[in-house]
Amino acid sequence: MTRGDRTWEKVCPLADLEIERGVTALVHGQAVAIFRTHDGEVYALGNHDPFAKASVLARGIVGTRDGIPFVASPMHKHAFDLRSGVCLDDEHASVPCYEVLIEDGVVHIGGRRREVA
Amino acid sequence: MTHTRPTLVVVGHGMVGHRFVQAAVERGLTETHGVVVLGEEPRAAYDRVALTSFFAADSADELSLLPEGEYADPRVRLVLDAAVTAIDRTERVVTYVSPAPRASAEPLANPGAVHEIGYDVLVLATGAAPFVPPVPGRELDNVFVYRTIEDLEAIREASTTATAGAVIGGGLLGLEAANALHQLGVRTHVVEMAPRLMAVQVDDAGGATLRRHVEQLGLSIHTGVMTELIEGDADGVVSGLKFADAEEPLPVEIVVFSAGIRPRDALARECDLEVAERGGILVDEQCRTSDDRVFAIGECAAPGGRMYGLVAPGYAMAEVVVDALLEGPGTFTGADMSTKLKLLGVDVASFGDAFATAEGSLELVYSDAVAGVYKKLVISEDGTRLLGGILVGDASAYGVLRPLVASGIALPDNPESLILPVSSGAAPLGMPDEAQVCSCNDVTKGQIKHAVGEEGCETVADVKRCTRAGSTCGSCVGLVKSIIEEHFESVGKVVDRGLCEHFRLSRQELFDIVAVHGYKRFDDIVEAHGTGRGCDVCKPAIASILASQFNGHVLDRGTRQLQDTNDAYLANIQRNGTYSVVPRIPGGEITPDKLIVIGEVARDFNLYTKITGGQRIDLFGARMEELPAIWRRLVDAGFESGHAYGKSLRTVKSCVGSTWCRFGVQDSVGLAIALELRYRGLRSPHKLKGGVSGCARECAEARSKDFGVIATEKGWNLYVGGNGGAVPAHARLLAGDLDTETLVSYLDRFLMYYIRTADRLQRTAGWIDSLDGGLDRVREVVVDDALGLGAELEAEMERHVGSYFDEWKATLEDPEKLGRFVSFVNAPDTPDPAISFTEERGQIRPADPDAPVVLAATIPVGAPVDAAVLG
Repeated sequence: MTRGDRTWEKVCPLADLEIERGVTALVHGQAVAIFRTHDGEVYALGNHDPFAKASVLARGIVGTRDGIPFVASPMHKHAFDLRSGVCLDDEHASVPCYEVLIEDGVVHIGGRRREVA
Repeated sequence: MTHTRPTLVVVGHGMVGHRFVQAAVERGLTETHGVVVLGEEPRAAYDRVALTSFFAADSADELSLLPEGEYADPRVRLVLDAAVTAIDRTERVVTYVSPAPRASAEPLANPGAVHEIGYDVLVLATGAAPFVPPVPGRELDNVFVYRTIEDLEAIREASTTATAGAVIGGGLLGLEAANALHQLGVRTHVVEMAPRLMAVQVDDAGGATLRRHVEQLGLSIHTGVMTELIEGDADGVVSGLKFADAEEPLPVEIVVFSAGIRPRDALARECDLEVAERGGILVDEQCRTSDDRVFAIGECAAPGGRMYGLVAPGYAMAEVVVDALLEGPGTFTGADMSTKLKLLGVDVASFGDAFATAEGSLELVYSDAVAGVYKKLVISEDGTRLLGGILVGDASAYGVLRPLVASGIALPDNPESLILPVSSGAAPLGMPDEAQVCSCNDVTKGQIKHAVGEEGCETVADVKRCTRAGSTCGSCVGLVKSIIEEHFESVGKVVDRGLCEHFRLSRQELFDIVAVHGYKRFDDIVEAHGTGRGCDVCKPAIASILASQFNGHVLDRGTRQLQDTNDAYLANIQRNGTYSVVPRIPGGEITPDKLIVIGEVARDFNLYTKITGGQRIDLFGARMEELPAIWRRLVDAGFESGHAYGKSLRTVKSCVGSTWCRFGVQDSVGLAIALELRYRGLRSPHKLKGGVSGCARECAEARSKDFGVIATEKGWNLYVGGNGGAVPAHARLLAGDLDTETLVSYLDRFLMYYIRTADRLQRTAGWIDSLDGGLDRVREVVVDDALGLGAELEAEMERHVGSYFDEWKATLEDPEKLGRFVSFVNAPDTPDPAISFTEERGQIRPADPDAPVVLAATIPVGAPVDAAVLG
């Protein structure tokens, strides 16, 4: 079974996601950082900061850079694009980006997205 | 006498002698030479230029250039109260008497012991003495000169019984002395032989403008007047001044001579060094006298036969001699005698060819009698170059004009715009690189541009650190700033004081906007004054501003998503994503019972324990979800948050003080605890640290703190602007010998002024450097209350103190805030499997993230997770 084919996993009620304040979820055995932006979008990235080698991204500050929604790692402030997981400070680095589905007011996380937006 | 290292003897510990020693230490001359400094006065070098402020200062220490009384470099020995009586150039021996004989002392009391010291190199920095003209009656009591702190103390003593006094001499120093008398509440007359005040610096019209200002302050001016006789009463005390063409004497009880200075070259004359025709020790361009081993610097020296009575040329000479001793190429070939100063609150500046002596030169004058402003430019015959000028009442254009003279660049088509009141005061963009910007430290525009372009300086504070420009009198700071901005514009970098892409406002502007509008939510601020949704730069800055002003809980809804890494979980994140916990231990004082609690908590939660530099205990390795349980135990035992995670007050470190220490003179622990409890929880632009030492031995290292307090016999000395770290800074004296109440009010004002106006992540040292006027500006606002803000700043601090609460205790009481302290939102009982520890020296440490992870062995609690998922 490839990762892209994994089934959806229920995580938490949408109401539990505060605007611009991430949470960490354990999805398919992986730590996933889930964010809800000011415009209502919900994004999910791997929680592991590849620079600091620590599982912390959900605890970063969420904002926009040139209009792109991003999270700044709490470790050394590397910025990651919430839509793709690509690092905005170093395009060669990225974190996994996961499918998100909101159904009946509940957040579901799917498999790792193969192509980024 | 045998030496293993050559000995350098400096005679004189005035401003120039001190600068010489500083330069010798900085440039490594003390690596090869031992230095002995012989100072005649009983105290170390002090700022003679600011002598008048002695009466306003709380103690002589405020003027001191060396408040510690000794140099940090152990290879420099400072001997004070030592009068040099002879120099033997053949044997190379200096003879001195200590304690130095005093004019006022009983002639037979305590004759000083005679000492000898050999030298390899001798530097004379004996300065100058006031010139007292041979007026009959000058030996009477209450006739003074104006040169040393002792002179001022004597004048102050005499002023307690006097109603009127006269200063003889209406030059720069005479007006300073008149200001001093006036401040002492004595009706003050200024007597000047020339037809106007400051005859050397300003012309008749400028002198008249200055005179009006001075008279408005209540001083009486007598110009064109010759003093014939000082009259005395039966007790031999001054009773009046008799002028050459007046019938009645002017009744005064004090006379202060300030009629110029003469180089103190007697020692040099006695040992047959060459002296200049008009006095002063003759020296060459390296400031070397007729004896190769003897140098002379400052007011006692006469390079090329001319004496320089200003401090800046003296500093230049000091640097030249250090350079010469290091076999450098530096020379002293004359100095810019331009002057800018504030006399009795009046700006006066004079520069270049102020009297239009050049052939065919033109004058351009702006005068406003009502406002008391007079400005004159002297322009070359063809109207293309500025030759000099005079400014009275408003010298703000000086910073722009003086470099125009020095560089000789072309004037704009409408040179009058330079002195009209609308003048923008912007830097002339065409200023050449050779133009000197900072005359105190001889820094050119080119050096500043290099510092900005090549050495990475971005702010005035950076440039100050790098080049020293603007670090002495501060008058060129505005110009330095515009040169920095000009450089960034020229390379196409947008000069933007804004915080980040979301706010074009500086932190100070945002602080004011929040105060004026009373905003409490980021959303309102960014909608009204910014763009986008913010970032990791502006959000914590705004969170800090909101916390400083309203002191709400940082985890309240509306502010918690703004908090930086550590504030967001009220703990310090560590490299593996765990946190460290620091309970507050005010002043570093802790009971055995509380110490045991910390030990028990650390043991029970298996935390790595380390003593911090701030006299408290840091507990490492707490998982985020463990923080509430750890704090429950600590709060129950009476601990509260130490704010080690916040840009806020950390600790006030103390030594044990007079309670236990046999050297202590005040209760430093008691004060440190009081200050730490007063300022705990205060959010600020950067972290704040304090220290209190119980005596001058300074065991608390208070001068490496943002605010440092050192006990004196009479109270407390307050130092500000220190820090350790990558760019260490020594705190500098703000005010001395304060009682505790005054100390606290100054500290309240200082901290609040900093919080209001500093940039984001700017420590107090950099903030002070960035202010126009530097530490003097801080002193004006905090001590002199020049902005009238004192009461307001104190009230703001009072509000903070009154609204303080322990944010960990408040968090434990609020289930909504606690809800976020979980490892996984969907598996709160599962510890994060990415965190693992190994052991070292009997305690835990983070496992190497690149090493293979053996999960079952290292996760102390919770359900095991399939190791494969991490593989």
